[in-house]
Amino acid sequence: MKSSLWHHLDLVARTLWPFTLTVLLLILGIVPLQIPHLAPVSPGFALISVYYWALHRPTILPAPAVFLVGVLNDFFGDAPVGVGVLVLLIVYGIIVSQRRNFLGAPFALVWLGFAAVAAGAAFAAWVISSLLFGTVVDPRPAIFDCLLTVGLYPAVAHLFARAQRGLSRRD
Amino acid sequence: MKSHAGSMLRFASPLKAWSQRFTLALLIGASVALMLLDRADSIIIERTRAAVVDAISPILDVLSRPVSGAAEILENVGELANLREENARLREDRARLLQWQSVARELDAQNQALRELLNLVPDPRARFISARVIGNTAGPFVRSALVTAGYRDGARKGQAVMTGEGFAGRVSEVGRRSARILLLTDINSRIPVLVERTRERAVLAGDNTNSPHLLYLPPNSGTTPGDRIVTSGHGGIFPPGLPVGVVSSAGEDGVSVQPFVDWSRVEYVRLVDYELPGILLSPSGHRPD
Repeated sequence: MKSSLWHHLDLVARTLWPFTLTVLLLILGIVPLQIPHLAPVSPGFALISVYYWALHRPTILPAPAVFLVGVLNDFFGDAPVGVGVLVLLIVYGIIVSQRRNFLGAPFALVWLGFAAVAAGAAFAAWVISSLLFGTVVDPRPAIFDCLLTVGLYPAVAHLFARAQRGLSRRD
Repeated sequence: MKSHAGSMLRFASPLKAWSQRFTLALLIGASVALMLLDRADSIIIERTRAAVVDAISPILDVLSRPVSGAAEILENVGELANLREENARLREDRARLLQWQSVARELDAQNQALRELLNLVPDPRARFISARVIGNTAGPFVRSALVTAGYRDGARKGQAVMTGEGFAGRVSEVGRRSARILLLTDINSRIPVLVERTRERAVLAGDNTNSPHLLYLPPNSGTTPGDRIVTSGHGGIFPPGLPVGVVSSAGEDGVSVQPFVDWSRVEYVRLVDYELPGILLSPSGHRPD
């Protein structure tokens, strides 16, 4: 009886682990870095996380968790609530449906796929924000953010891969 | 037994895929609903957002300390490199400022005397609340920041936010122990200002770039690059005369302003609690919040 409770707790912790890691990264993303000229730039950790887990273990970051990550991201970032959530859910849906094509693909291809997704997401966010604000907003910060996010992908993916290995070892 | 399990799996997996797709569609619908709710009634969203940010503000507070420490060390190294130049410049500045000090003393005394003669109503007092910056925005289309002062410390929505250099923005959201500042460069920021030299009124509008522009300036205004921009105090929310920035370019396509505040190196801010009695009093005599 006791062991089954621990087993249960272990299972819960395991399912929550990628989500917790993502939320921690989101919090890290808004710490002021005080680097000149870099203040308005913020990497899209949420996008990296959703792409990675949708591709490698969609069961461990299910759609409701993606929704929650999106809401938190919009809350932290003072963005119009819902826009980021919508973009993340669409990315999640597309990647989960396409993940068979990526199975066994070299990392460079996965990274290229992420670059395409990040560019698409930045473009979508730019269009939706322009519509919401009723004016054409400056796209340059979005382009810069997108480049930074794509550049950070290998490092964050490595972190997630370690987390994932830790999970399967306990299986 | 094995084949039985296989057939179960064959039967169950489309069902599972279908339910997953249904969940995804439902959540996409929910996110659109959130968007509409945010547009229609932002009070609920605002409260929730403030509560969530409040909950993580202690974590941010701890995390931002070592970062600012590291930034300080880097800055110290940079300062050591041009100590000599800086020293010479400061000597020059000091000589010039001493002259200004005597001018200012004289003007202050004169001003005081003239005010007494005219029996002018004194400006309301402003109270300052100091707070640490613990978070920047996480998005390319907003310019805002989180600070450690909240409702319990006297932070209220609409207060002006200053740094040592000048006006930085206004408080846009207040939680119990944290508040969010809308920077003057944000696309939603509108600040009533004056061109200090010509006394012309205008509205400083952010556009997410580092140089906001002036709206509603009279068509033949004599505004030229180098003119100082200060808050006008119209609307009664901000004290008048807070330094905002200098005009960086003025031409056919509008007037843009270079703010005094360089947001990338701000660690502490002051919220200005400006008591304007009379106008903002509710019928019961209490200040509405």
